[in-house]
Amino acid sequence: MIGGLFIYNHKGEVLISRVYRDDIGRNAVDAFRVNVIHARQQVRSPVTNIARTSFFHVKRSNIWLAAVTKQNVNAAMVFEFLYKMCDVMAAYFGKISEENIKNNFVLIYELLDEILDFGYPQNSETGALKTFITQQGIKSQTKEEQSQITSQVTGQIGWRREGIKYRRNELFLDVLESVNLLMSPQGQVLSAHVSGRVVMKSYLSGMPECKFGMNDKIVIEKQGKGTADETSKSGKQSIAIDDCTFHQCVRLSKFDSERSISFIPPDGEFELMRYRTTKDIILPFRVIPLVREVGRTKLEVKVVIKSNFKPSLLAQKIEVRIPTPLNTSGVQVICMKGKAKYKASENAIVWKIKRMAGMKESQISAEIELLPTNDKKKWARPPISMNFEVPFAPSGLKVRYLKVFEPKLNYSDHDVIKWVWVPSATTHQCLLPPALLPALCTSPRV
Amino acid sequence: MTDSKYFTTTKKGEIFELKAELNSDKKEKKKEAVKKVIASMTVGKDVSALFPDVVNCMQTDNLELKKLVYLYLMNYAKSQPDMAIMAVNTFVKDCEDPNPLIRALAVRTMGCIRVDKITEYLCEPLRKCLKDEDPYVRKTAAVCVAKLHDINAQLVEDQGFLDTLKDLISDSNPMVVANAVAALSEIAESHPSSNLLDLNPQSINKLLTALNECTEWGQIFILDCLANYTPKDDREAQSICERVTPRLSHANSAVVLSAVKVLMKFMEMLSKDLDYYGTLLKKLAPPLVTLLSAEPELQYVALRNINLIVQKRPEVLKHEMKVFFVKYNDPIYVKLEKLDIMIRLASQANIAQVLAELKEYATEVDVDFVRKAVRAIGRCAIKVEQSAERCVSTLLDLIQTKVNYVVQEAIVVIKDIFRKYPNKYESVIATLCENLDSLDEPEARAAMIWIVGEYAERIDNADELLESFLEGFHDESTQVQLQLLTAIVKLFLKKPTETQELVQQVLSLATQDSDNPDLRDRGYIYWRLLSTDPVAAKEVVLAEKPLISEETDLIEPTLLDELICYIGTLASVYHKPPSAFVEGGRGVVHKSLPPRTASSESTESPETAPAGAPPGEQLDTVPTQGDLLGDLLNLDLGPPVSGPPLATSAVQMGAVDLLGGGLDSLMGDEPEGIGAPSFVAPPAAAVPANLGAPMGSGLSDLFDLTSGVGTLSGSYVAPKAVWLPAMKAKGLEISGTFTRQAGSISMDLQLTNKALQVMTDFAIQFNRNSFGLAPAAPLQVHAPLSPTQTVEISLPLSTAGSVMKTEPLNSLQVAVKNNIDVFYFSTLYPLHILFVEDGKMDRQVFLATWKDIPNENEAQFQIRDCPLNAEAVSSRLQSSSIFTVARRNVEGQDMLYQSLKLTNGIWVLAELRIQPGNPSFTLSLKCRAPEVSQHVYQAYETILKN
Repeated sequence: MIGGLFIYNHKGEVLISRVYRDDIGRNAVDAFRVNVIHARQQVRSPVTNIARTSFFHVKRSNIWLAAVTKQNVNAAMVFEFLYKMCDVMAAYFGKISEENIKNNFVLIYELLDEILDFGYPQNSETGALKTFITQQGIKSQTKEEQSQITSQVTGQIGWRREGIKYRRNELFLDVLESVNLLMSPQGQVLSAHVSGRVVMKSYLSGMPECKFGMNDKIVIEKQGKGTADETSKSGKQSIAIDDCTFHQCVRLSKFDSERSISFIPPDGEFELMRYRTTKDIILPFRVIPLVREVGRTKLEVKVVIKSNFKPSLLAQKIEVRIPTPLNTSGVQVICMKGKAKYKASENAIVWKIKRMAGMKESQISAEIELLPTNDKKKWARPPISMNFEVPFAPSGLKVRYLKVFEPKLNYSDHDVIKWVWVPSATTHQCLLPPALLPALCTSPRV
Repeated sequence: MTDSKYFTTTKKGEIFELKAELNSDKKEKKKEAVKKVIASMTVGKDVSALFPDVVNCMQTDNLELKKLVYLYLMNYAKSQPDMAIMAVNTFVKDCEDPNPLIRALAVRTMGCIRVDKITEYLCEPLRKCLKDEDPYVRKTAAVCVAKLHDINAQLVEDQGFLDTLKDLISDSNPMVVANAVAALSEIAESHPSSNLLDLNPQSINKLLTALNECTEWGQIFILDCLANYTPKDDREAQSICERVTPRLSHANSAVVLSAVKVLMKFMEMLSKDLDYYGTLLKKLAPPLVTLLSAEPELQYVALRNINLIVQKRPEVLKHEMKVFFVKYNDPIYVKLEKLDIMIRLASQANIAQVLAELKEYATEVDVDFVRKAVRAIGRCAIKVEQSAERCVSTLLDLIQTKVNYVVQEAIVVIKDIFRKYPNKYESVIATLCENLDSLDEPEARAAMIWIVGEYAERIDNADELLESFLEGFHDESTQVQLQLLTAIVKLFLKKPTETQELVQQVLSLATQDSDNPDLRDRGYIYWRLLSTDPVAAKEVVLAEKPLISEETDLIEPTLLDELICYIGTLASVYHKPPSAFVEGGRGVVHKSLPPRTASSESTESPETAPAGAPPGEQLDTVPTQGDLLGDLLNLDLGPPVSGPPLATSAVQMGAVDLLGGGLDSLMGDEPEGIGAPSFVAPPAAAVPANLGAPMGSGLSDLFDLTSGVGTLSGSYVAPKAVWLPAMKAKGLEISGTFTRQAGSISMDLQLTNKALQVMTDFAIQFNRNSFGLAPAAPLQVHAPLSPTQTVEISLPLSTAGSVMKTEPLNSLQVAVKNNIDVFYFSTLYPLHILFVEDGKMDRQVFLATWKDIPNENEAQFQIRDCPLNAEAVSSRLQSSSIFTVARRNVEGQDMLYQSLKLTNGIWVLAELRIQPGNPSFTLSLKCRAPEVSQHVYQAYETILKN
């Protein structure tokens, strides 16, 4: 198991050091600094073995977090724990920076004592932790409060405390999708997949039992036998999900057997699920780049974007990012629509369009002046990327229902105000502003 | 609240000031002071001098302050054991506190103080806390048992904490269960033999129930523990798998990987014909792909594991090639791993896409990545024949870029392509030669020299090219020197007239001016070969080369199986067994995949016996390697019966490895090397051409015979047992048994190649033994044995070999040779294979002989638990050539008088007394050589009980 945990600043100075196991000596702190933080070479692996001691590290801005062990630990667990540790710290004091860590070092030690015991991760849900580890010193608790804390920390629903009360019960649901596209230089789509996230914000009283349903092909087909006409009503009704993962509040065995998503949500914001689809993806835009080299010091770039959805729909906040070589000295841009600017600090031309209807086309041309260079450092040629919002989900995902039951308190499903920010192709359901759908159009062959 | 100020106090006299503050009356000031102490401790300053003052602050109702003092205690108690005692009272008191958080805190901290005197005081509070009403205290106490065990294992056992911990597995609270499982697993690791966890279907069921309810971390502990369990049959394995698969949808990657580990391991036990097997395979791919959208560090762990999974079960991800294409912003460690997996998944179906990707990668920024990409193109060419041409032209394009490291890497792989597809792509040699001067890495230089030497006849100025390398001969690395020597000798053999001077020069450089023994030895061999028999030299040096294998850097199958059991852990990240990086005894227990066991009604699969069968008594009788070696060194490994002389082929095979490839390090590795006579001796390896006519009929006989094995018509045949484990024989696993059919004895062998290289040149020899057993024909392995392949061979035996009494009488020492090495093992043969078919004695002779043999030669044995009646016994024994001469019924007992004859003419007489209804028989044996009696009795046992 984890033998020790260290936090360093960018210089390699120790900010936090907590040793859990006897086999980890003080010299381990220095070994990591010398061999990894101060190493001349770029980091070649997140796991380093120095003198039979293994170091796992992650970096957040310029802070290094390192877990140390001398045993054959579960490596995936160690990294998951380090991420969790970052989440917990961020939930307590915001950004993970040297200053924040120094300011909260007592708190961090207290947290480390609680969420890692003898190197074994314990309950690390901030919802539970915040009930008894606070920055304001310890409130004196009554006996009931104490037992409530301990039962929550160890309980089956460790992510939610009891006795939450809201005057207004609200539930927000967001579906965020990003399209990953790989195109050949000829503009042919080599591979495309949508990775989506369902993010929830719950402000509900008590211990609400929620059920979430979407147009998952497997579910629809299961039920479809009885209500076949429903599917025939409006074209593509269900989507094939390649794989999905769930927040730990979702009952996995129930999903496995019935494919229903039921859960008691944590309070506040959390990511309910992630999913991936590869079939029948609607690509909202096509991006066609053309690059021509004019001599050794000049590049001509032309990028055409075509919107590929119903003319009645509008895409908004479109931003196209065209990377430029490192030795760019100047750029001239002409675009038909929107505004374009060369941002030297980001090595990219950023082209913004406020809105664009479906089945339209627009283009940008740029002349890039290059400095003659002998610099061996090559350009990594990042892909052209694009962000936009469209009022439908490229994967075709729709929310079929979102139900809330609270058996003890006196509010029913109808009393909950639900804000389902779900993109939908059918207009009557689209009550609210469309969801943000950042898309990443990758074309490394430029 | 800004605590950062505590980090900045660097004044002199700081300790003194802190001391004053710690003893201050004001609570706030005290707390401030303790914070300063902790900050100093963090940055590595020694504040142990403040020990008594800090401990004095412990007695407080301020929980925050208490936690800080405890933190200090954990750090310094060891250096101040006497003073740490001062804290004991507070701990004991805190363990009784009404607040469960404080009780837990006390027991948690106490376990971290590694001072003997304190641990004594820990036992009572710990015992109470393990039975505390509050689950928070119990889950903390469970971990504390592991802590205490780490300090004083004996104490934990004496105090009975292990039993309490076991009880916690049935606790009502899932987190308590999870921590108890974690603690027990850790303790069990240091006692590999003990049955601490005592996993059985009931406890497994409890764990599976807890799995649904506990935290993500708890799920990991439980899954990792489940992976150590071996289900009793495929049905149990399937039902566990069914309950574990929902975990594949967990957001925590570690939960997913641990679930994958359980599934991969238990799948071993499922029959491939099962529908469920296919379902499970399909379920594995999507979560593995999803792991690739995790954070980069986790992706790295996942990819290292996928690398193992793809090697073990390539079918899982064969359609998922695209997800392993690198993204421009992947960290380099992710890129390199993805590339590795891409090559493993490359097939004819996807090769075009893979090549297009690889070509892109070869123009990337990172040098290591580019090199690996170029190498990957070469590997694709070797793996997928259809793509070879495209790969070669891609490589040529890359050579045109003149980027130094790309060119060098390309030349190294082109050499391999030449070897794989001879006489196909040699037209590119001219292009390669243009880049001769830019090569500065030994591997690339060696590869280029190999090409020039190999194709010397097509390169007009080959002599000039090689001569140019010769100028700086002594500055070259050994690899290049060896290659240059071989290349020039090849050149000489192809163009003897023009290059005599050159070859003399290189031979003298290698033999006279070099300090390197490898180089000198190789030089001398060539020299002698060339001077004594140029024709032989040609055969040796220009011999045809064996095929190179498609897959490189595969993990050895035995190691791979072990690593599969460690999915998710560091071992799977390093691709090394834990013993390679873990100190001491922890976690060094070898894990292996469960054998495929079928439940009663499904058909038995062939792996059953050898995989799981314990070596049993066999091991006891294996003589020490030393003795055996001494005996066997006298043997020559030639064929025992005169076979066609295959001297040339033998030399050829050896020579190929030695000289042709040049890169093979046979010279360095093989102790039996060149000088040993066995090397030149004809090993009579199976060369199909020589087998044709003479062996044909014999073989079909053999097949006829073996088809009857196992039926009652022949003598009893024991199931095959592993005689030579792969670990001891560089990957060659031998299992076997003995049979006797229609008067001929044979040794049925099963050879499995668990190494990564092809095995050829098999030969077998026995040491002298009690009954003169010897191979009656050479060991016929028809084709080279490629990795993971298994062959079944029936080796006919004769009893005409030379005789030497062995101890025990029926032990047989065997030497098996292949192209890799010579291996020795020892086995016991059942005596009944030596019972001849004409062993029935005349009644009168029997009586006379029985009387004639002195009574002290009589031995009596009990055969227990044999349910057969006299007739069945008699007929069963007869099929193994033990003949019933007469039968009598005396006082309700059946008396069978039996005779048998051994191959060496020794008669054994037996009286078998069978009481109806009593499963125990009494066997009396009389023989002029009484030492065989014991073994005859064993033969009776085996025949009657199987």
